[in-house]
Amino acid sequence: MTRNAKTPGFVGIDRRSLLKVAAAAGVVQVASPFVRTARAADTVKIGLDNPLTGTYAALGKNELIGAQLAVEEINAKGGILGRQVELLVEDSTSGDAGAAVQKATKLIERDQVNFLVGNINSALAQAMAQVAAQHGVLHVIPGGHTDAITGENCHWNVFRVCNTTAMETSAVAGSLIKAYGKKFYYLTPDYAFGHTLQSTMEKSAAALGGSKLGADLTPLGTTDYSGYLIKAQAANPDVIIFFQAGNDAVNALKQAVQFGLHKKFHLAGAQQELEVLLGLPPEARVGTWVFEWYWNQPGVAGVAEFVDKIRRKSGGHVPTARTWFGYASAWTCALAAEGAKSLDPVKMAKVLQGFALPPEIALMPNGAAFRAGQNQLIPDLFVGNAAEKGEKDPEDLFRVTEVVKGANVAGTLEETGCKMTWPT
Amino acid sequence: MTQLILFNLFNGLIVGAFYALMALGLSLIMNLTGVINFAHGGFLAIGGYLAYTLIPYLGFWGALAVAPVMTAFLGLVVERFLIRRVYGHDPLYSLLLTFGLAFIIEDGTRYIWGAQAVPYEVPSSLTTPLSSEYFFLTGYRLFMVALAAISVSGLFALLKWTRLGMRIRAGTLDLETVSVLGVNTAILRNLNFGLGIYLAGLAGVLAAGQLGVEPTIGSSLIMPSFVSIIVGGLGSLPGTLFGGLLIGVASALTSVFYPSATEAVMYVIMAAVLLVRPRGLFGQEGRF
Amino acid sequence: MLNNGSLTRYAPSVIGWIVLVSLPEWINVVAYTDLGSRVVILGLAAMALNFLLGHTGVLSFGHAAYFGLGAYGAGLTLRYLAPSTGLAILVGTGVGMMAAMLIGPLIIRLRGVYFAMVTIAFGQIFYFIAFRWSTLTGGDDGLTNWSRQPINLGFATIDLKSPVAFYYLVLFVFAVATAIMAKLLNSPFGRSLLAIRENERRALFLGIPVNLRIWLSWTVSCGFASVAGAMYALLNNFVDPRTLHWSQSGAFVIMAVLGGMRSFWGPLIGAAIYVVLQDYLSSRTSNWMSLVGLVFVLVVLFFPRGVLGMLGRRTQA
Repeated sequence: MTRNAKTPGFVGIDRRSLLKVAAAAGVVQVASPFVRTARAADTVKIGLDNPLTGTYAALGKNELIGAQLAVEEINAKGGILGRQVELLVEDSTSGDAGAAVQKATKLIERDQVNFLVGNINSALAQAMAQVAAQHGVLHVIPGGHTDAITGENCHWNVFRVCNTTAMETSAVAGSLIKAYGKKFYYLTPDYAFGHTLQSTMEKSAAALGGSKLGADLTPLGTTDYSGYLIKAQAANPDVIIFFQAGNDAVNALKQAVQFGLHKKFHLAGAQQELEVLLGLPPEARVGTWVFEWYWNQPGVAGVAEFVDKIRRKSGGHVPTARTWFGYASAWTCALAAEGAKSLDPVKMAKVLQGFALPPEIALMPNGAAFRAGQNQLIPDLFVGNAAEKGEKDPEDLFRVTEVVKGANVAGTLEETGCKMTWPT
Repeated sequence: MTQLILFNLFNGLIVGAFYALMALGLSLIMNLTGVINFAHGGFLAIGGYLAYTLIPYLGFWGALAVAPVMTAFLGLVVERFLIRRVYGHDPLYSLLLTFGLAFIIEDGTRYIWGAQAVPYEVPSSLTTPLSSEYFFLTGYRLFMVALAAISVSGLFALLKWTRLGMRIRAGTLDLETVSVLGVNTAILRNLNFGLGIYLAGLAGVLAAGQLGVEPTIGSSLIMPSFVSIIVGGLGSLPGTLFGGLLIGVASALTSVFYPSATEAVMYVIMAAVLLVRPRGLFGQEGRF
Repeated sequence: MLNNGSLTRYAPSVIGWIVLVSLPEWINVVAYTDLGSRVVILGLAAMALNFLLGHTGVLSFGHAAYFGLGAYGAGLTLRYLAPSTGLAILVGTGVGMMAAMLIGPLIIRLRGVYFAMVTIAFGQIFYFIAFRWSTLTGGDDGLTNWSRQPINLGFATIDLKSPVAFYYLVLFVFAVATAIMAKLLNSPFGRSLLAIRENERRALFLGIPVNLRIWLSWTVSCGFASVAGAMYALLNNFVDPRTLHWSQSGAFVIMAVLGGMRSFWGPLIGAAIYVVLQDYLSSRTSNWMSLVGLVFVLVVLFFPRGVLGMLGRRTQA
């Protein structure tokens, strides 16, 4: 840390003597962080700055569990470059960008973390990426979906594990048109995430001969969807598309099913989460969706073991896509360092260009790799239908009908708008 | 188009009735004690979660009867030990206190029931649409309106004809005189607070059928409630009821023409009402 | 702030300034410099709110709107207009203050809860605009791709990349802002505000143009909130609509009440408690909300005038 500003001159005492007075007044309190700095020298630190309170708390909790498991495994295998790994966890809150930036700064400046991980909220993820870029710290975003992160706002040091919205809609559009019809009505949450989901879905559908009968933008945090559902019903589409996420998705689907719309139309959307299905009453677990990762993948090596390990950590619950995001993010940090034989962020970022996650981390049929020049992980996507009840396991609420290769839906590098510049 | 507008008009009344139910509880408390209860959304969440917990044992109807009462009891305890301390102080201290309580309740519900939304089931007899054309009239929504109507008329009857109700109304106008006349104002305010929280608990049980039951369920409902009160005018319970219905209808109609403003429209209405009538539509001159 | 008081009256202020000026020297023992910047910035916003709340007796629950306009003004300046931090602060302040000045005449005849609610209404309308106008503001994803720039003083350039340098800029702005606030409060204008707070009717009979004074107080108060907002944007190198949301206004009210709204420095103490407590506890337990909530409750029960209000004498008469 360099000091290039002097104490402003409106106090005519020099800084040394001020300090003495301050100390004498008992202002300086010596507290626990000393212990932390003592440990600091010999561990490699991953700072997780993610929501633990507010609307995204459930998702944040799962990403945390995944990251914790990864760190345990990394340490069991000898750590990073022979040093033990420490996971420092900070609550970013669900919506306060100021708090998220503050925590990112705290992790980087005070705790001197080697890696920054987070955030679920796209706005907070972008705010954190600014901090990470400014300090040149390797930043892995486990679950913030807005396209700009690995598109026009991409940075050499910022990597994303979850998909872009464009990938999710392209993955599902074909299945929908093939099975349920070409006329779509969109209910889109009114923020960047929803807007890009809708525009990419429209594009994908149009390419396959689909049409848009109408679209409504629903404000974030809407509690009553009946007005929009009335309009959707009046338009008489083949498919009603829901792009709502998290709790908005719970509200919208609960109400759509109460109106019996699932009996008249097909309900579908792009990104869906196991957390949402678990929060719905059984009759509302309907529709065609994309899961970014699913725990029930018979025949894919390593998945069953991973599920067992997570169950032991989470009180018997299965991992969700979020758990896997956290897991893959922490492992990405370790693998980058091992590959570079160094903790130098530039060297590590270079290693990750085009880097394929090993199968025991990727945990999906066709594997997953970071696309060079964009820093976006290109994994498999799981298209399927929500199920009212699990067959063997109460949390088996999704029936995968098709595994879509990410490379087929990710578009070209030019289309993403990412122009990456590297530090010289 | 006409049909769409008509449907949304009715639908807005249904939604508005629900806003009014929550707002009336807030309003009762604010009128008698001046306490701005920011923890109201928290009590709503507690009502929903208690119902969720009780349904396996008592069934939906049992839970509907018991959960609000339990919530109200919690309200009585909170009033007795905490809220009571701020009477007579600047209302802002009640704000700080209830903000603190809201934090504790949100965290407490997350600790007990988890951050993950819980699957809350309502009887299938209530969730089927009554007709395919008027499909938005589901049993559950009519039931919500009916219950809201019963609660509101029950509340008005209670305030008009019972001894407790008369005392609450008198206390709202002039608590000091009521006290001098020999009414135990401590008990009066305690019961009044409990009554307000009962309505929050009831609103919670009902909301749980429509919304995801998770710790922040009340947070997006609290502002519509405050807006209902202000639009109607402080001190006027019929005003609160009208305010709730008005913003319900307004946001439903907005969803036809400019969907992304369905939330913002209530603030526009509030600003417009206050600029024309500085004390809300039914607020009386000289009070608050 | 203090005209001719005794040593004991000076002491708290002197110690306070010593603590603030020496902060970068000792904060790393317990925290980190940016936390200090955050406390001072949010403290300034809470003190600005308190100019209206504590010293004029008018509750605004919409100050985040002007805080946020200041933040957007600064961010948009750096993003689109010119790479000048000084200009960003000026534009941010100007935009926020201008908005308040224009809205003021519409709302100053409202009182009490009605005033508070109408400020929320206008605040939420600004929130809606910032949220919707995503081509300009970036919408919910926030305004990115800009950062605070070095300040060129002509004879020297201050690089604000370092947290310590930025802290001293914040402290300098804070010192100037609070000095002006204190000066205003000690002027006849300030006295008339206190008179309005104590008894509006009497103030009116004494010939004080009450509504005009409230309008001025509102504009000044929102102006300083915009200054704080501009600094907040520079601290984060980021702005999003949440900065304008009523829950942010609520946080300012909480800070003022927590620290003591009848004292000049109370809101700063409130902000320090609010920010540091959350920062410290949330690193240690995911149940920090209960603990913070408990502190609010305890303050109400044991410090019914706020933390500073209880420490006795008012620093402001």
